[in-house]
Amino acid sequence: MRRSPKDTEDSSRKISRRALLLGVGQAALVAGLTLRMRQMQVVEADQYRMLSDQNRINLRLIPPARGLIFDRNGILLAGNEQNFSAVIVREDAGGDVDGVLHRLADLIPLSEDDISRTLRDVKRHSAFVPITVSDRLTWDELSRVAVNAPALPGVTPEVGLSRHYPLIEDMAHVVGYVGPVSESDLARIDSPDPLLQIPKFQIGKVGVEALKEDDLRGTAGTKQIEVNSVGRVMRELDRKDGQPGENLQLTIDAKLQNYALARLGDQSAAVVAIEVATGDILACASAPSFDPNKFVRGISTVDYQDYMTNDHRPLANKTVQGIYPPGSTFKIVTALGALRSGALKLNDKIRCPGYIDVSGRRFHCWNHGGHGVLDLEGALTQSCDVFFYTVAQRCGIEVISAMAETMGLGVKHDLPMSAIAEGLNPNKAWKKKYRKQDWLIGDTINAAIGQGYVLSSPLQLAVMVMRLAAGASVLPRLIKSVNGVEAPIVPARPLDIDPAALGAVRAGIWGVVNGARGTARGARIEDPHMIMAGKTGTSQVRNISAAERETGVVGNDKVPWNQRDHALFVGYAPYDAPKVAVSVVVEHGGADHQAAPISRDVLLFALNGGMPPLSAFPASMRSAVDAQQKSMQLRDFSASTVARART
Amino acid sequence: MSYLEYTVKTVPTGLRKALYLNWALVVLLIAVSSVGFLMLYSVAGGALQPWALPQIQRFVLGLGIMFIFAFVPIWFWRNISGVAYLVSLLLLVLVDVAGSVGMGAQRWIDLGFMRLQPSELAKITLVMLLASYYDWLDVRKTSRPLWVLIPVILILIPTALVMKQPDLGTAILLLLGGGVVMFLAGVSVWYFGVVLGAGVGLVAAVMTSRGTSWQLLKDYQFKRIDIFLDPGSDPLGAGYHISQAKIALGSGGWVGRGFLQGTQSRLNFLPEKHTDFIFTTLGEEFGFVGTVSLLMLYALIIVFCVHSAMNNKDRFAALLTLGVAATFFFYFAVNMSMVMGLAPVVGVPLPLVSYGGSAMLVLMAAFGLVQSAHIHRPRGR
Repeated sequence: MRRSPKDTEDSSRKISRRALLLGVGQAALVAGLTLRMRQMQVVEADQYRMLSDQNRINLRLIPPARGLIFDRNGILLAGNEQNFSAVIVREDAGGDVDGVLHRLADLIPLSEDDISRTLRDVKRHSAFVPITVSDRLTWDELSRVAVNAPALPGVTPEVGLSRHYPLIEDMAHVVGYVGPVSESDLARIDSPDPLLQIPKFQIGKVGVEALKEDDLRGTAGTKQIEVNSVGRVMRELDRKDGQPGENLQLTIDAKLQNYALARLGDQSAAVVAIEVATGDILACASAPSFDPNKFVRGISTVDYQDYMTNDHRPLANKTVQGIYPPGSTFKIVTALGALRSGALKLNDKIRCPGYIDVSGRRFHCWNHGGHGVLDLEGALTQSCDVFFYTVAQRCGIEVISAMAETMGLGVKHDLPMSAIAEGLNPNKAWKKKYRKQDWLIGDTINAAIGQGYVLSSPLQLAVMVMRLAAGASVLPRLIKSVNGVEAPIVPARPLDIDPAALGAVRAGIWGVVNGARGTARGARIEDPHMIMAGKTGTSQVRNISAAERETGVVGNDKVPWNQRDHALFVGYAPYDAPKVAVSVVVEHGGADHQAAPISRDVLLFALNGGMPPLSAFPASMRSAVDAQQKSMQLRDFSASTVARART
Repeated sequence: MSYLEYTVKTVPTGLRKALYLNWALVVLLIAVSSVGFLMLYSVAGGALQPWALPQIQRFVLGLGIMFIFAFVPIWFWRNISGVAYLVSLLLLVLVDVAGSVGMGAQRWIDLGFMRLQPSELAKITLVMLLASYYDWLDVRKTSRPLWVLIPVILILIPTALVMKQPDLGTAILLLLGGGVVMFLAGVSVWYFGVVLGAGVGLVAAVMTSRGTSWQLLKDYQFKRIDIFLDPGSDPLGAGYHISQAKIALGSGGWVGRGFLQGTQSRLNFLPEKHTDFIFTTLGEEFGFVGTVSLLMLYALIIVFCVHSAMNNKDRFAALLTLGVAATFFFYFAVNMSMVMGLAPVVGVPLPLVSYGGSAMLVLMAAFGLVQSAHIHRPRGR
């Protein structure tokens, strides 16, 4: 086909015209796109920039190092230990996680259960998430993993910090332990601290660890990290280090604590030793104890069952949590109460015929033959029940109850320990309110010798005897310093008791230990600079029936262990310049009454700053004491971590 | 006008043709492609692999193809346009039969050294065929119904084949590219009015067909339209692409975060960051300055093509040049609209910048044709 030039000219013009139209359209579109870009990148840029940052920046917390806990001499009680673990990253394992894990099992202890758990975890998470295969490897195991790295693709050894209690069971009840935050913790703790949201973050569960949690925890650091769309960490943008927790120094003397626990042996018992001048709790031992490290790691069911089924209750802190009828140790309170009320004069004498009849009921003295005529000192020394029945009748329960409170019984002392019991000072109002009954005179008589409703903890008993020794209402304390700053000691008010009355009671309990007729003469200290004063006590666990009384009461050594009486002792030394007060409760220890000798030994150890010399003991006992001292297994503190030059 | 009618003496021959190349266009193509290399280097995290280096190699290959095509006389291309069109149709059918399944759509034939997307090829061969058709057709018959029907069928055959793959983006580009050539050839505007009306009707039909037995689009295509209309409706699901693309673009601000500093793409928030969404990385790293600069480079390519066509008295050459330019224009206009949330996500790459062998080689070949038209344009008289 041929075309005329005109055709061509025509079509060219048409193309030009249409091309122009198209060009205008295209230019308009380009302008539109430009405007849109300007709208997004200039006008709304800030908004998009913010969205972009939210996309990629993730704030992660850096857990602070938990504060350390030391004893009064700087011995480490709770520290942070390096914790070696092996982790596996699926994407680095080359597809054969199962094979790698089995090769790993040849190097470190790893059960089939561990392997299947790890495989499950690995599948559940993204390919780049490290999964812990094994926790708490030894250094040797860790080295083996590191050396065999080429055969273990994806496996890396990791180092973390975990809580460690180097003295094992010695401080378990006082210091307590930490554990991972639980749902119930979160519900209980009203704190917005984001640290608590970290999975497996460890907080104090019991004891000082729990009650001083706020001091010990520290504040979290933060790091800004850049993540991609599936959460993989790409790099760290910014880092703010947190504040490590505060270091605590307790008033506890770890060596004394260790000695006390060893001295209690396998008995179910408690010892509290307090410095008289300051109220510093030097020892607070509850036997048997437990290993808090097991709880940090996550205790096995077998171990937990062992603790739970043990009839000596190792998990209970008997020093503050256990409450017992104080028995004859309470006679100190009865005596002081009667003296303060004026119902008893210092030179009053009372005759003990072995019993007393009150409103048709007969109350026996422990010495059925009777003590004859006694003054206060004699009554305390021989622990005559009838004397105190009589003075209690004269002064009434309210006076005794008020004195008990003055001496720190029935009071919840403010110490950072778990489950501190309040005990009980019964009085008329209490019985009306809680028992819906009127107070009977028989109740007063029972209370006079620390039986009936009266209940006290070993800590309270120690406070009582400390206040008697000090003549002031010294408060017990457990925290000596925080981050090197000494905790202030509240100046103690003098007791609202006539010093002569205090002197008489002190003289009475001097006799208990040192008098010819004293009930604890066997536990006396010969060293004239360390003379001990104290008061024995026995608290009944079972009710002795009238029928049994007629046929003769069965001896403590003839009934099952858990029906025997508790043996108690409170005391202090040296008598003329009191330094340390102590209380001991041996549960069901009524058969051989070990409470007084234990008290003596703990006091001597505290005063001597180490194993007491044999010369302090009566000559007749030295060989037995020597054998006992040699058989005791005390902790070797030479390997302990000791804080450097603390103020 | 046959090749005998050219004033052959004024047309350069042999290597002298190189002097008559539209060198400005060559420089612009290199510039645009270089932007692509930079961005591919960036989205790979500052590495030549896996995208930047292969892209450079293909561009060099593409430049070679462009020069070869440019040196071949334009009348040769006109004469083989029918064959080229048939070959591309054949390949499109072949894709349906033997093509591999990739990304849920059958789009390419594996040639061993590269994957060929016949749909890319079809965009250019369609323009070639239509240009030669209107070159051949008597101008006075241009708007007669029968002579309008023929190019419409020629456009619809490849469009239908591409739709079947399914590749909505390329189908739209084919329709637009073919339509533009018809428009330039002088087909009465009334036809376009009618088609536009029919198009509106079709859209209405498509939307009403949803959920019925005669549903005209695949479910995912409907979903994309939904998300285009309201990207916020599913920000973490299918709307994720658009939301993240807009965040990347917008967060660039005036001058961007800087080269290799874009966080959205490097942290994998962006989907298909090396292909359809590469423009967002440019926006993030070089900001408004960067995106407008690229847009201007593109616009200049169009301007040079149009200028060349305006000065070309050969009808085939002019139509071909304008057709290629228009197709190129639709490529980047649709892609940019898409990533900026102005159009549904239909899967159109950013020409010469997005990673992809077929599109790069075919486009370079097309610019070879444009260069050939430029070199062999009738001169003198």
